Amino acid sequence: MRAIEAFEPPLPSKVNYINAQYGLKSWLLTKDHKRIALLYLGSVTLFFFFGGIYAMLIRIELLTPRGDFLSSATYNKVFTQHGILMIFFFLIPAIPATLGNFLVPMMIGAKDLAFPRINLLSWYIYLVGGTITIYALLAGGVDTGWTFYAPYSTTFSNSYVVLTGVGIFISGFSSILTGLNFIVTIHTMRAPGMTWFRLPLFIWSHYATSLIMILGTPVIAITILLLAFERLAHIGIFDPAIGGDPVLFQHLFWFYSHPAVYIMILPGMGVVSELIANFSRKNIFGYKFVAFSSLAIAIFGFLVWGHHMFVSGQSVYAGMIFSFLSFAVAIPSAVKVFNWTATLYKGSISYDTPMLYALGFIGLFLIGGMTGLFLASIAIDVHVTDTYFVVAHFHYIMVGGTLLAYLGGLHYWWPKISGRMYPEGWARFAALVVFVGFNLTFLPQFVAGYLGMPRRYHAYPPEFQVFNVLSSAGASILGTGTLIPLVYLIWSMRYGRHAEANPWNLPGLEWRTQSPPPTENFIVSPVVTWEAYEFASPDEMEVVGTRHAARFEDAEAPAGGD
Amino acid sequence: MAETAIVEHEVHHPALQHHFENLEQQREAGTLGMWVFLVTEMMFFGGMFMAYTLYRYKYGLAFASASNHLSWKLGAFNTAVLIISSFTMAFAVYNAQIGKQRRLIVSLAITILLGLTFLGVKAVEYHDKYEDHLIPGRLFPGNPFNPSTIHLLPGASAQNTEIFYWLYFAMTGMHALHMVIGVGLLSVILFFSVRGRYGPEYHNPVEVSGLYWHFVDLIWIFLFPLLYLLGRHMEHGG
Repeated sequence: MRAIEAFEPPLPSKVNYINAQYGLKSWLLTKDHKRIALLYLGSVTLFFFFGGIYAMLIRIELLTPRGDFLSSATYNKVFTQHGILMIFFFLIPAIPATLGNFLVPMMIGAKDLAFPRINLLSWYIYLVGGTITIYALLAGGVDTGWTFYAPYSTTFSNSYVVLTGVGIFISGFSSILTGLNFIVTIHTMRAPGMTWFRLPLFIWSHYATSLIMILGTPVIAITILLLAFERLAHIGIFDPAIGGDPVLFQHLFWFYSHPAVYIMILPGMGVVSELIANFSRKNIFGYKFVAFSSLAIAIFGFLVWGHHMFVSGQSVYAGMIFSFLSFAVAIPSAVKVFNWTATLYKGSISYDTPMLYALGFIGLFLIGGMTGLFLASIAIDVHVTDTYFVVAHFHYIMVGGTLLAYLGGLHYWWPKISGRMYPEGWARFAALVVFVGFNLTFLPQFVAGYLGMPRRYHAYPPEFQVFNVLSSAGASILGTGTLIPLVYLIWSMRYGRHAEANPWNLPGLEWRTQSPPPTENFIVSPVVTWEAYEFASPDEMEVVGTRHAARFEDAEAPAGGD
Repeated sequence: MAETAIVEHEVHHPALQHHFENLEQQREAGTLGMWVFLVTEMMFFGGMFMAYTLYRYKYGLAFASASNHLSWKLGAFNTAVLIISSFTMAFAVYNAQIGKQRRLIVSLAITILLGLTFLGVKAVEYHDKYEDHLIPGRLFPGNPFNPSTIHLLPGASAQNTEIFYWLYFAMTGMHALHMVIGVGLLSVILFFSVRGRYGPEYHNPVEVSGLYWHFVDLIWIFLFPLLYLLGRHMEHGG
């Protein structure tokens, strides 16, 4: 009880960040992190469905063994563009720029991020980069694969490499600025009493993510810049004709792009830590281990890039060290999975939609992580390099991990973000559809890949057809599963039940202010006197929750209308 | 100016943004923000330093030969210019902190002038390279359009000198771009200094721009020996 009394939300006011100001200008020039989060939410969703269209084109082509739907050249562009859109414009910003942007200041009790203007700037940079990239894709596309390997990309490819590269280069700065903002905010803007070890694990994982963003992204920026100059000038430092080394490009590329995988998954882990603890109503098992494992993943993540290059001709000894370190990065990942599982033990678990996504995440991340160990072993990796085994592996992490965590987090915080509840029945149904569709899409790809089906081909031997038909069927189910939330979340913004300040009865700071929050987040600046995940006994929490709810309804009553 | 300073002290400083609790927190955030940004800059240049290290190791003699075609005198002059500008910048920050307006303005102006001097010398150097056909591409010595040869140390390959010049232009070009941004930044600071915005209470923008300026200088401190000096002794000794 002490914890709850310490910061009692005052009577909710009708004014919140959404209705505080009206008009297009109030959104496009906003400095409110919550509004910027919504701007990001809209644009990230747009890019997700854009990338999804390309995914569907891939799956339609692969229904039959012969390349009859797309030409091989078009197919090259389609899978490249699927990768570029999904990685650079959906997965990387998805959780940090939307949920992170919304929640980092709220969870630490700040009024805003440290640099609100830079935050808005990052969204515009993201849009400019995205627009240039989309323009490049529509103007003719790019066919190098999302990895842009030299010298194909610098010399031989006859597609819009430079323009796409410029788009990615620009959007990289939005990621850098987001990371910079988070780090400074977490260091300097915590509310009185919010010590480092009282921070929700969501914050720890975003801190680790931000470290990768600021350390890794500049390297891909300069690499793409050098690549673009080289392509324009027809000479450069990756050019073998003057003694340049194309493998150097791969090193520089993966120095960012492997840690980028952790930019995508670490925020998801943060979301899942919140969901598991809160829907088990139990303090997370081994808080410090989970917190530091995020940092460990960020640090180890920078030391394993060479495992993408086992067949590139890098030194065998380098390969062995990279292999060893890749196994080592599994340790902090496993710490998280074990601690989540231990948190569930004897928890009072409720199977609301966010929890369904969280439980799905644990299972799928486990499969994705374990197959990652297969790929970290040099001998097996040489066997399955550039097969669908690799494709299935990273989709288990990216889609099974990040996308599920993103959807789970979106549902969990939706009442706070929109002030409305989502329809629980539909949401559970959609979670199930996504889970089934996802597994049907990617489980067969493990088998096909292990049997030798190569990636990036638009035609394949007929014996692989059964796996591809299963996969395409699954993809259409998965696609539908992601459309359902799009529909009912938009629907709920207008017709959903009004959310109370704290619909899940949780102790986190973001639940101790009205839903949706006022522009300054908290009417009274909070002082934190409780530990993270300090649940009062269920009875007490219930009392507090209903009392808040009752007060909230009183305040709502005069408005009427729905 | 003295009057406003007193009023500011009483209520709350006009420069305090609404989402910060106080000026101290705002200052901390600004300074940390710049440090974090400089870390990203370090990684940005780091990619090129990595490439330099690799190729220097692979083609040491070619790099030494190519390096001999740079004017170490102009490089050394520019190094001196930047080190002095770092001093005047530090002096500007100090004077902002203790509220000496005149000295702040003068030392900022000198810093900007020194930055422009650096860029001018750099332009002269680039022009020389252009005259000597040392810009990578078809007119580089040994390529089809330019049959002349570049002076080489024994054992060095002419082909690989082109990589050196690629890196030279990429690294110094990127550095010069940062200098241009720095001069722009300091001009804004100078403008607001003239208007008397900074004083003992509030001088974080001066401090933070100073950090940036010192960082750009520091990059040059690494570029100068790596590009101009390493291997120069071999011109005579072999």
